[in-house]
Amino acid sequence: MAVASISVSETPLVLYTLRLADDALILGHRLSEWCGHAPILEEDMALANMGLDLLGQARELYSYAAKVEAKGNDEDKLAYLRDVRQYRNLLLLEQPNGDFAQTMARQFFYSAFADLYWRAMMKSGDATLAAVAAKSEKESAYHLRHSSEWMVRLGDGTAESHARAQAAIDHLWAFTGEMFCTDAGERGLVDAGISVDPASLRSQWLRTVADVVGEATLDLPSSGWMQQGGRDGRHSEHLGHLLSELQSMQRTFPGAVW
Amino acid sequence: MYTQALNTSDADDRHIEDAGRAAAFQARIDAEERIEPNDWMPAAYRKTLTRQISQHAHSEIVGMLPEGNWITRAPSLRRKAALLAKVQDECGHGLYLYAAAETLGASREELVDLMLAGKAKYSSIFNYPTLTWADIGVIGWLVDGAAIMNQIPLCRCSYGPYARAMIRVCKEESFHQRQGYEIMLTLARGSEEQKAMAQDALDRWWWPVLMMFGPPDQASQHSDTSTMWKIKRFSNDELRQKFVDATVPQAQYLGLTIPDPGMKQNADGHWEYSAIDWDEFKQVLAGNGPCNRDRLAARRKAHDDGAWVREAAQAYAEKRKHRQVAQAAE
Amino acid sequence: MATPNTPLWEVFIRSRNGLAHKHVGSLHAFDATMAVQAARDLYTRRGEGLSIWVVPSSAITASDPSDKGMMFEPAESKIYRHPTFYDVPDEVGHM
Repeated sequence: MAVASISVSETPLVLYTLRLADDALILGHRLSEWCGHAPILEEDMALANMGLDLLGQARELYSYAAKVEAKGNDEDKLAYLRDVRQYRNLLLLEQPNGDFAQTMARQFFYSAFADLYWRAMMKSGDATLAAVAAKSEKESAYHLRHSSEWMVRLGDGTAESHARAQAAIDHLWAFTGEMFCTDAGERGLVDAGISVDPASLRSQWLRTVADVVGEATLDLPSSGWMQQGGRDGRHSEHLGHLLSELQSMQRTFPGAVW
Repeated sequence: MYTQALNTSDADDRHIEDAGRAAAFQARIDAEERIEPNDWMPAAYRKTLTRQISQHAHSEIVGMLPEGNWITRAPSLRRKAALLAKVQDECGHGLYLYAAAETLGASREELVDLMLAGKAKYSSIFNYPTLTWADIGVIGWLVDGAAIMNQIPLCRCSYGPYARAMIRVCKEESFHQRQGYEIMLTLARGSEEQKAMAQDALDRWWWPVLMMFGPPDQASQHSDTSTMWKIKRFSNDELRQKFVDATVPQAQYLGLTIPDPGMKQNADGHWEYSAIDWDEFKQVLAGNGPCNRDRLAARRKAHDDGAWVREAAQAYAEKRKHRQVAQAAE
Repeated sequence: MATPNTPLWEVFIRSRNGLAHKHVGSLHAFDATMAVQAARDLYTRRGEGLSIWVVPSSAITASDPSDKGMMFEPAESKIYRHPTFYDVPDEVGHM
C-alpha cells in the first residue's frame, strides 16, 4: 500500500526554506551512501562527518518550513512524503556519487557556493534562517577546505587521478549555474531582506573555484550552457531512485512511528 | 567475541624466549603493570595481541556493512543521523584498534591485506544479513551489548595501547546500545506489524549473538595463556552468562520472547540457556555464513576502487616534498 | 600485490585552552595537511579538541625502556627536591 504524498502550501518563504532543506538532505544522503565504502578509512570518517553536518542542516530547515507552513507537517513528513516533483534541490546535488573524484567535485562546487551563501545569510532579517546560516557557514567552510584539498591532490596527483578529476569537473559543470538562479517568489524575499541574491555571489564563487582548479592543474570548461529545473521539481532521473530508497519505510508502513 | 576465532595458542613459541626475561615479564603482568610498545615482550605475547587486536579492528570495519545497509533507508531523519553517526563510530573504533595493533610492529596495510585475502578473521556476527529495520535495533541492543560486555574487561588488558583504545571505544559506544534499545522500544510500542518485526529480528539474531562470545570454555584452547597474560579476564562462558542474565529482563520489558523455549532461571538467579549450535558457528567462521562472501567482496571493492585515490594522494605528497626542497635550494 | 604503507602520524589534542596538548593516538595520511584534517574527523567528533598537532611517527625519538634504571632511578633518591622533605612548624602556616 502506498501512502499518498502530502500537499504543502508553498508560500514563498516555505518554498524557499524547502529548497535549502532539500539541498542539504539530498547531498547528505549521497554522502551517507559512501559509509563503509570509502577509498581510505580516514576519508570514510570525513565523508560521514560532512553528511552529518548536512543532515543536521536539513532537519533544522525542514522543521522551520513546517513551522512557517503551520499545516501539521513536520521534518519527516516533508522529507519522506513529498514526491520527486515536490523536491526542490539543485540538480548538482542529486547526481550520483560516481567515483571519488565526482563526489569531491560535487562537494567542492557546492561548498564553495554554500560557504559564501550562508555567510551572506547570517544577516538575514529572518532570525531562524540567520541562526541556521551561522551554524552552516562554519560547516560549509570546512567542507570547502576538505574538498579543495582533495581537488588539488586528485588534479595534481597521478595521470589517472588527473583524468578522473577533469572528467568530474567537465561532467558537473553544467549543473553549477542553477545555484545562482532565483525566481519571482525568491526575489520578493531578497527585497524583504530575508534571503540574499545568489547571483551577487557568482563572481566570488568563480574566483574561489578557479583558484583551486588552477592549483590542481585542471581546467574549467568554457561552455556556458547550464542545466536548470531542480528548483521547480524538474529533476534528473537519479532523484527518483534516491527517493524510493530514502522513503521506502515511510511509504511501506503508512503512519508508523519509528 | 570480535576476536572469537583466536582459539589457538602460541604457547609453544614461549620456549624460544630467554627464560629470565620471560619471568620478569610475567612478574610485571602479575603486578598489574601495563606493558608498553617499546618494552620487551615474549614473541608469543606480541603475536597473540597483534592477531587479537587486528581481528577486533577488522570486525569494526566489516561491522559497518550490515548496519550501513540501512543508512539510506532509515525511517526518520533522527534515526538516519544516529545510525550514520554510529556506523561512523565503528570506523573510528577500527582506526583506534589498527593504531593499537601497529604499536606492536605490524602495519595497518599488511593487516588489512590479510583480511582482504581471507586469511584473518573477524567476528562471525557480521556475516548475518540485516533484513528489516528491526535488525538495526537488535544489533544496537544485543550485538553492541555483547561487545560492551567483552570490551569492558579489555579496558584493563595488560597491553597499554589496547587498553587505552578500549577505554575510548567503551566511552563512545555507550550511545550505541541505548540507540538500539530505543529502536526496539519504539517497535514494541508500535503496530502489530512492528511488534512482529521486532520479534522476528530477535528470533534471527539471538543465537548468533550468543555465539559471539566464542566456543564454550571446555573447547577453548587459548584462554590459558591469554588469562595468564591478563589479556583476557573472564572466560567465554562467564561473559556469555553475564550477557544472558542482563538481557532477559530487557527482553521481558520489551514484551519480546527469547527464542529458547527451554530457557529457565536457576536457584542462583542465572538464566540457563539451551545448547548452542556450534556447527553453525564453525561454518560461519569457515566462510560459509549467509554473508561472508558479500562482506569480503564489499571490502575488497572499496579497497580496489580506492587504489587510484591513495596513489594520487601519495604522488601529490611526493611532488610537494620535492617542490619544497627545490624552493629551499633557491 | 601488497598495499603500500601510508605514513603514520601521532596526534596530540588540546582539549581546552590552559591545558597542554595530549597524545590521543595515531592515524595514516600522505601529508601533514590531510593528517590534521583526519585528526579532526577521527579524534574530535565529540568536541574533544580546540587545537591539533600532528607529528610524523618516524620523527619521534624515544628513550629505551631497558635504560629505565639508569635514566630514571637516580632521581628517586633526591627526596630533598620535594617540599615535604623540610620540617616547618604548623604555627608558621602554609608555605
